[in-house]
Amino acid sequence: MTLAKRIIPCLDVENGRVVKGVKFENIRDAGDPVEIARRYNEQGADEITFLDITATLEGRDTMLQTVERMASQVFIPLTVGGGVRTVNDIRNLLNAGADKVSINSAAVFTPEFVQEAAQRFGSQSIIVAIDAKQVSAVGEPPRWEIFTHGGRKPTGIDAVEWAKKMESFGAGEILLTSMDQDGMKNGFDLGVTRAVSDAVNIPVIASGGVGNLQHLADGILLGKADAVLAASIFHFGEYTIPEAKAYLASQGIVVR
Amino acid sequence: MQTIAVIDYGMGNLHSVGKALEHVGSTRVQITSDPQVIRDADRVVLPGVGAMRDCMAEMQRFELLDVIREVSQDRPFLGICVGMQALLDSSEENGGVPCLGLFPGQVRYFGQNLQIDGERLKVPHMGWNTVEQRLDHPLWHNIPDQSRFYFVHSYYVQADNQRQVAGSCEYGLPFAAALADGPCFAVQFHPEKSHTNGLQLLQNFVAWDGRW
Repeated sequence: MTLAKRIIPCLDVENGRVVKGVKFENIRDAGDPVEIARRYNEQGADEITFLDITATLEGRDTMLQTVERMASQVFIPLTVGGGVRTVNDIRNLLNAGADKVSINSAAVFTPEFVQEAAQRFGSQSIIVAIDAKQVSAVGEPPRWEIFTHGGRKPTGIDAVEWAKKMESFGAGEILLTSMDQDGMKNGFDLGVTRAVSDAVNIPVIASGGVGNLQHLADGILLGKADAVLAASIFHFGEYTIPEAKAYLASQGIVVR
Repeated sequence: MQTIAVIDYGMGNLHSVGKALEHVGSTRVQITSDPQVIRDADRVVLPGVGAMRDCMAEMQRFELLDVIREVSQDRPFLGICVGMQALLDSSEENGGVPCLGLFPGQVRYFGQNLQIDGERLKVPHMGWNTVEQRLDHPLWHNIPDQSRFYFVHSYYVQADNQRQVAGSCEYGLPFAAALADGPCFAVQFHPEKSHTNGLQLLQNFVAWDGRW
């Protein structure tokens, strides 16, 4: 009897459609989010994450409808992130049927927002998303910094220290994305994944850079992640969830 | 058509529980904090997320304590997650909170030094873990023993009466994943988020006459 490591397909959703870019550009259309979520659910995905990359207010309402549609058909945990800035945003998403919301930039601008959210809705529903980039030069001890605005703006905040602070503020889980790796298919940044996972006592989801099944196994075995998140390898049919699980199991990892 | 009352005391997302119950049976699901609506229902679900002190305080504020004590003894009743923990004597959370006392036992914190085979375990216990069925109970009907369910919690139930433990789980230490007493059943995991096995449990609950 052991807790299974989780595989989480992530859908980047814009105006109600799934898209996935490479390094946040070159967006390709990958379909209806609810349809895709259902397919992943049937295949045995452990959770689903929707990342709302819509900029407009109308798009936000579309997202709530998408979440509602998903939640009445797919009975596994659903996380929604992207543009979550107020307690009201969180309440709307949870009421629409999300189980967890992930807070990204808003946590950087107002860390107390995480505290307020965790107190209001419980830590179990609050994920803090961290976008990290390596800032140390070759030969220096490795150091990672938080970036906002899709990886364009440095903040000067150390990623590992930030993760610890977010844990103390009540985050229930950390979603850690390596901005150097995102969309590159070269594997997770195992250094930052390991450093963050060792530093906190809450679960860490590794994200950014998965190109093959070994990368998923590495994130768990070497990065010590509790869950792995991937997008394009699943959307474009390179691998199915059962293939990923069979591979992880062959590496001695407990899966559902 | 039979009715199920899902008790709403202002704590968290009841949409999923309601949708999952509607999905598995032809029932009328009422999400309510009205004691009369709860008393009129054929069966009752007590969900719950968040901190125990807030949960108990809200139940008290909505004047739900008496009706919960009543309907958990005379009709099929299902507690979920914090809705299970609230049925115990007390919880360590928030410096100690007295609970409903329907099952003898305590709710305890997993702690910061939880380990298994030298490997540190993260808290909350979050994800899919196996449940060992310890009682032959109608709510386990068509669910294989050792099936995985979705858990998310930092506190666990330590039951004083082992004969009430319908299912057990382990996360660094053994704990009660399901409790049963008369028409009252309670689970630490989230059946509404546990895909096929969870939906089967809800379907069993909707079909259950409260006897076993």
